Amino acid sequence: MITLGDYLVVSAILFTIGLAGVMLRRNLIVILMSLELMLNAANLSLVAFSRFRVGANGLPDYNAQVFVFFVITVAAAEVAVGLALIVALYRARQTTDVDDITSLKF
Amino acid sequence: MSPFLFWIFAVLTVIFGAAVVLNRNPVASALSLVVSFLGLSALFMSLDAFFVGIIQVLVYAGAVMVLFLFIIMLLDIRAEERRRINLFAAVGGIGVAVILLVQICTVIGHFRVARQTFPPLARSTDDVWNIGRLLFTNYNLPFQIIGVLVLVATIGVVLLSRREPR
Repeated sequence: MITLGDYLVVSAILFTIGLAGVMLRRNLIVILMSLELMLNAANLSLVAFSRFRVGANGLPDYNAQVFVFFVITVAAAEVAVGLALIVALYRARQTTDVDDITSLKF
Repeated sequence: MSPFLFWIFAVLTVIFGAAVVLNRNPVASALSLVVSFLGLSALFMSLDAFFVGIIQVLVYAGAVMVLFLFIIMLLDIRAEERRRINLFAAVGGIGVAVILLVQICTVIGHFRVARQTFPPLARSTDDVWNIGRLLFTNYNLPFQIIGVLVLVATIGVVLLSRREPR
């Protein structure tokens, strides 16, 4: 049978992949995608705990799923703003590589 | 859900998640991310969270990924040319990630509750109704704040991506 720990391990692996992507890749768009991967790993463990904590009425704990809803909304807003920043940066510097954006002075 | 299906979707999600990081071409990364999100949505549905699973497909695999692909094509980003890899940074990054994974897995291994299977549900779940009721009662204020946040983000994106009038 599938236990709670199996879902948590899958979530941990996904989070680690996202973290490695943020630290290893130098393309800003791929870094943003890795951030999404980390947010989704957190969502997976939230939903797993929600299903695990069945209340007296026999229903999962929906508070965690409402939280997942909020996380998804904030992540969508974050992606929109992040990509707009990348477009603005590309217009100024013609690059999306983090190694080329090392000076604070514009 | 049978354990067989769980492992199929878990492996699918992890493999395509790794492909996001490993692919050099950003378009291939974005398409791998779509498959990874679809696998994740199947995992959500295996946990009887149908609403969250559907939202995952609609918002992520639909809207967010279209945005990513649109920006990649707008900026016309080609595959990264092979630069000299900074060995110290690469080893450090992988090392930190592996240490984190080992730490989390150790914590899960010592967490006794994690060895239990999921308790059965009493009756068929009506999760859209339940989440909606919570959103508009207990979480009404956060819900309104999220609405304002999305509005501010929309206006901010329009302002950011507007060209400066000369």
